[in-house]
Amino acid sequence: MTDVDHLSVDSAKGDPAHRIVRSLAGLTVPIGAVLAALVVGALMLWALDASPIEGYKALFSGAFGGADELADTAIKSMPLLLVGVGICIAFRAGVINIGGEGQIVAGAILSTTVALALPDLPRALLVPLVLIAGAVGGAIWGAIPGALKAYANVNEILSTIMMNIVAAQFLSFLLQDLLIEEGAIRIQQTERLSANSHLPLLPGGTRLHIGVLIAIGVAVLGYLLLFRSAPGVRLRAVGHNPHASRYAGMPVQRSIVQALALSGACAGIAGAVLVFGSESHRLIGEGGAAAFTQNAGFNGIVAALFGGLHPLATVPASFLFGGLLKGGIDLQQAVQVPGALVVALNGIVVVFVVSSLKLQTRIRDWAAALGQARSDQHVE
Amino acid sequence: MKRNPIGVLLALIAALALLASACGSDDGADSADEVDSGDTAESTSAESSASAGPLRVGIVAPSASNDLAFTQSIVDAVNAVAGDRELDIAVTDGTFIVEDAAAAIRGYAADGVDLVIAHGSQYGGPLQEIAPDFPDTAFAWGTAVDTFGLPNVAAYTVRADQGGYVNGTLAAQLSESGVLGVVGPIEVGDAKLYVDGFVAGAKAQDPNVTVNVNYIESFSDVALASEAATAHIQNGADVLTGTAQMVVGATGVAGPAGALWFGTQSNQTPLGPDFVVASQVYHWEVVLSEMMAEIDAGTFGGEVYTLTLENGGLVIEFNDGAGADSSVIDGAQATIDGIIDGSITTSDG
Amino acid sequence: MWSDFFTTSVIVATLASAVRFATPFLLAALGEAVGQRSGVLNLGVEGVMLCGAFTAYYVRLNPSGWGWAGGMATAILAALAVGLCMGLLYAWMTLVMHAEQGISGIGIFLFGLGATDLLFQKQVGVPLPISGLRPIRIPLLGDIPHVGDILFNHNVLVYLAYVLVPVITLMVNRTTFGLNIRAVGETPEAADTLGVNVNLIRLGAILIGNALAALAGAALVMNTNIFQQNLTAGQGFIAVALVYFGAWRPGGVMAGALLFGLVSSTVLQLKTLGIVSGAASALTAMAPALLTIVVLVIVSRRIGQPSALTRPFDRNA
Repeated sequence: MTDVDHLSVDSAKGDPAHRIVRSLAGLTVPIGAVLAALVVGALMLWALDASPIEGYKALFSGAFGGADELADTAIKSMPLLLVGVGICIAFRAGVINIGGEGQIVAGAILSTTVALALPDLPRALLVPLVLIAGAVGGAIWGAIPGALKAYANVNEILSTIMMNIVAAQFLSFLLQDLLIEEGAIRIQQTERLSANSHLPLLPGGTRLHIGVLIAIGVAVLGYLLLFRSAPGVRLRAVGHNPHASRYAGMPVQRSIVQALALSGACAGIAGAVLVFGSESHRLIGEGGAAAFTQNAGFNGIVAALFGGLHPLATVPASFLFGGLLKGGIDLQQAVQVPGALVVALNGIVVVFVVSSLKLQTRIRDWAAALGQARSDQHVE
Repeated sequence: MKRNPIGVLLALIAALALLASACGSDDGADSADEVDSGDTAESTSAESSASAGPLRVGIVAPSASNDLAFTQSIVDAVNAVAGDRELDIAVTDGTFIVEDAAAAIRGYAADGVDLVIAHGSQYGGPLQEIAPDFPDTAFAWGTAVDTFGLPNVAAYTVRADQGGYVNGTLAAQLSESGVLGVVGPIEVGDAKLYVDGFVAGAKAQDPNVTVNVNYIESFSDVALASEAATAHIQNGADVLTGTAQMVVGATGVAGPAGALWFGTQSNQTPLGPDFVVASQVYHWEVVLSEMMAEIDAGTFGGEVYTLTLENGGLVIEFNDGAGADSSVIDGAQATIDGIIDGSITTSDG
Repeated sequence: MWSDFFTTSVIVATLASAVRFATPFLLAALGEAVGQRSGVLNLGVEGVMLCGAFTAYYVRLNPSGWGWAGGMATAILAALAVGLCMGLLYAWMTLVMHAEQGISGIGIFLFGLGATDLLFQKQVGVPLPISGLRPIRIPLLGDIPHVGDILFNHNVLVYLAYVLVPVITLMVNRTTFGLNIRAVGETPEAADTLGVNVNLIRLGAILIGNALAALAGAALVMNTNIFQQNLTAGQGFIAVALVYFGAWRPGGVMAGALLFGLVSSTVLQLKTLGIVSGAASALTAMAPALLTIVVLVIVSRRIGQPSALTRPFDRNA
């Protein structure tokens, strides 16, 4: 029942030929997949009478073209990373958390309520407090499907999807009733939240705020938890083989609840970051919950899976995915195509990259076989 | 479970970096092609100013620019103004994510666009933060009544209750069953204004009329709007109305079931040439022209512009194809006149 | 107030509405159940539904020259064809490339969401209504008081969805293909040893699943007579959840779909009659989701999922 450590250092093993084929496979296959996706996207742009070159130029310069652009990309990727780390924890423990959207909303609601209730608290207290409130809100929203799965055998795919709907409607209710800003026109948003609750900006003159440090910190914590702690070993053991874990005397049910609660907590922090790090410093739900969740609850799953369900690898994966999302706005603006194109393009990138991952493993396996034939020594 | 994620990511980074540099070196090709609006060639430099060359206008809106509702109303309006004066128009539509809209608003401002139109009540939050960073850019925000005390922000709104009232009086007269049905999204913004006006108009016309109002709690769920319309009809309603993008689900079943329909925001006759009686149409061009004149004169900002029946920003467009009793339709003008001269009050506000 | 609801005509209308509401969920969930029984999870149902819906709408919008029925048949067949194409794509991704199934589905979803929105804006623009399917009252059965109005006065796709429940039950439990589907979903290695072509069976199941998802989209269009971006508004994801609710059994899936439909239609009816309004109206909007969870807790079935679900089959592994 040993676990496969994804940060394996085994690339240092094997002979040089093995290593070279491995890293070549590691490089070329995803490059090819992204290129192929972009070629399809270029065809679509061309079909819309828009210049693919202009479009992609805008996409890449909009995502990575300068300090401000990089900062915006980082901001866009924070919720993806936070949700993604939670996804890593849940998936490693053998539970599928599709409830990121709902957990983001729950975290945002609780943290916003705290900020509205205690607007005069000093910033050094209020900022940590709203982040913790976000984590708690998300954890509660995650623990519910966790408990339902552990103790009532309710499948978590079903319950997390349903919890998303419940959270979105509850948010809509609150923003019509208890939390709505007083004003001449009813807009589904809170008042501007206390300046003491805004996430402080990082030096450098960009809009980058401390959320990025929090997100990376959570990723590191997630890594330490999963791979460098006893509870993490237990979570992964339960995910790997729940039956064996039960016989080994591990608290399987409690582990499931914990995993989904932790997963939800990460998404809940994302909810707080989305509110208190937003341009508007409000909780805005006009037009649907996605108006502020940015669908990060789903996109975070993609980021985590691109990161091989490893919290640290999810950091760059989120950044690249965030870049695609941020650059998509610039693409749309530069060549004047409907925003729908960017959504379709995201889908194509996901389809191609996810399809290519196995190809890479196959080439690596082939390389491993080659390496084994050469020198009859170590097998991974 | 044998994947090396670090390898994948390094590869992805390499791939994107490679592409970025490839594209970066590839300049020229100034193509910015034609789009929905037709004349949106975008100049790459920010040399233009309000006085020299055409006024540059950037629109940011939450749904598709041909949604036959809220977003289309502003795109049509800007294009209408472009008939009178030279404009350089760019549109970012479908930005229901507020932070994306914020990025687009900031992007247009940074790009030197003269007038940035943030067409969504939910965009006020970010606008309040962005506008002070671009004092030379004019920002218009709607539907809204607040300019945050900023000198370069104007708000625009609409007395949707006025047209709602007119539609309500007509609906009450045309209904044979005495039951009217309303399919609303969420009880906020100009949707609420319109629905409240409709109910007030119907009740004023005929105190015995029943108006069933159903807010389906969604701006987008077409299937739910469709079932809501069916439920209205099954409960006896023979005249329906509704507001927001999802009403196409309601019109899709209203006509075949023999009910009449009253539209708002855009002219909804195309949705049912034989059963849409009248539509309240927003003509934002009335306030846009005013705003642009203010920009030209250097006096823009701080004002709240309102579309009303009186200033021609609201127009009730009738559709003869619905075959409604023409004497009733003719009577609508009296209602409109009454609202304009103030003898009829359409809402509490 | 509440007495307005408890009248025969309102209750009959609510139940009939529930049957209609449940139809797209049921079609999509039945297909997803078949796919999952073979060991393939498809989270992209929503995207396939949208593609099927747009295709049916677009074909229907443009006159076919083959009359009303011909045009209708063309529209539905076109939707099915698009569903099969998306099925082939998904089979390539999951069976050939062994792509991670959860994430593949999200890719399909995003693609379907964006592509149909784009095509709609560029090819259609104005959401003009089409001439959809009309209810057909079934002779004799349709004349039964109340029951006839609830069950036997619907359009043909509604009937088809409910007829498919016993058909798929029989197929899964009684035919060789069905036995093979279950075998490759539980123990693909053993099935392979017995000479079953695992991936071929899974391909068949994926194609059925995608075709039914596309048909679900078409059913939605033919009932609402309209298409709009994101027409399905999350129905595909709920359909996946209903498969779990129904414990992979067509009958259970139908029960789930009907429950969801019934709660939705009841809430709608209560709002229409003005029994709930204002803030309560927002709260009741969460009722279908909440009740689905609650019911599942109460009837909690201890049936595990197909053991090879999401696990690709590689003969050489």
